[in-house]
Amino acid sequence: MPIAVVLPRALYPYSRGSSTLTLEDPCTTVADALSVIGSRWPGLLDRVMTEQGSVREHVNIFVGEESIRFAGGLATPVGDGDTIMIVAAVSGG
Amino acid sequence: MDLSRDELLRYSRHLILPDVALDGQQRIKAARVLLVGAGGLGSPAALYLAAAGVGTIGIVDFDVVDISNLQRQVLHGTAAVGRPKLESARARIADLNPNVNVETYETRLTSENALEILSGYDMIVDGTDNFATRYLVNDACVLLGKPNVYGSIFRFDGQASVFCTPDGPCYRCLFPTPPPPGSVPSCAEGGVLGVLPGLVGTIQATEALKLILGAGEALIGRLLLVDALSMSFRTVRVRRDPNCPACGTREITQLIDYDEYCGTSSTTTTTANMTRVPEVTPLELADALARGADIELLDVREPYEWRLGVLPNAKLVPLGSLPAAMATLDGQRDIVVYCRSGLRSADAVQRLCAAGFRATNLAGGILRWSDEVDPSLPKY
Repeated sequence: MPIAVVLPRALYPYSRGSSTLTLEDPCTTVADALSVIGSRWPGLLDRVMTEQGSVREHVNIFVGEESIRFAGGLATPVGDGDTIMIVAAVSGG
Repeated sequence: MDLSRDELLRYSRHLILPDVALDGQQRIKAARVLLVGAGGLGSPAALYLAAAGVGTIGIVDFDVVDISNLQRQVLHGTAAVGRPKLESARARIADLNPNVNVETYETRLTSENALEILSGYDMIVDGTDNFATRYLVNDACVLLGKPNVYGSIFRFDGQASVFCTPDGPCYRCLFPTPPPPGSVPSCAEGGVLGVLPGLVGTIQATEALKLILGAGEALIGRLLLVDALSMSFRTVRVRRDPNCPACGTREITQLIDYDEYCGTSSTTTTTANMTRVPEVTPLELADALARGADIELLDVREPYEWRLGVLPNAKLVPLGSLPAAMATLDGQRDIVVYCRSGLRSADAVQRLCAAGFRATNLAGGILRWSDEVDPSLPKY
């Protein structure tokens, strides 16, 4: 089963309007998944990762309900059927 | 806290409710809740907390009612346009529930006043609309040991949580540092479905009441993510970070200049300062176009904004499609980029310049062009 990547609305302009990306390529870690995203949706990865290759601090990545920051970071395992959620800070009120 | 005969009648639906009852209603009456912001989130929160009988509601807001607020800020009405939000908030709450004591603070919440204002309340409801104040509220709540009932919105999406409880995480555990200035649009820049803050603000009021009553399971250690378009509600776990400088290592022992911290101080609020890109004013651009200068004019808004009105001979390149569009641009031509207010276009100019193009940002965007060059172009 593919891996689903749920995006925050602020990133829809970079995913051609899609709220969820479907990754059919084999991925074993979050880093693999982000690499696939970077190759298929140019511009989107810039919004999530710094040039140094770390996740921007106003962005959180979850595998299921758990933040990768408290799991294995970019090496957090992902498998078939998993859902990765990218959550960005918003400030509207 | 004794309840009068009127209050017993008024709150009868609470009194017959398990987990509330007379004890619970007395707790609600004794509670002191501070709302930071009487806008989109603060409006429903104020209304429902007042309806519930929260004894003292404090409200911090320095703004006046604008007609564009009325699409979502249901605490205010048309007659209040131009008047302080606190005035209409006080009047509306008094009408809804005269038993509520309303304390107002017509001031910007700052590092100088936050600890004093927040210290008088049991909990804080964060209904602000900018990152600087959110980090200020968080850090003040950690220092004071007060729960922070958090909510935020963007277009059709909302977030809610409860931070700063004794064993729970704080806002910085989730978002250690703010995003770069200008990278996350405000409601004014990005738009918002009017009813969305109604949904999220009401969730905040619900969480506040649960904390007061000690009932149910509050959103402590959880972040609720609302997508109003699909009406989906997801939760993710927010863990307390032992390295968090606020609630973990406690390195933050005093409040700082949060505008400076978030890059939104008065010395950095112009798009040029925030993103350090070359700019041209509307009058300068109009003059150059009238002289026949060879300029490629790029509009980086969305197609639905383009339909509201465009600059002459502009080409639509929505910001998200800019990376792919660069291959089609003539590197020998001067490029001027615009959007609604100049923020997105500043981002685009930064990217174009980094790629070697001669690009300039139209300062103030369509809004300033309409004011200074062509009033027939509608502002929105």
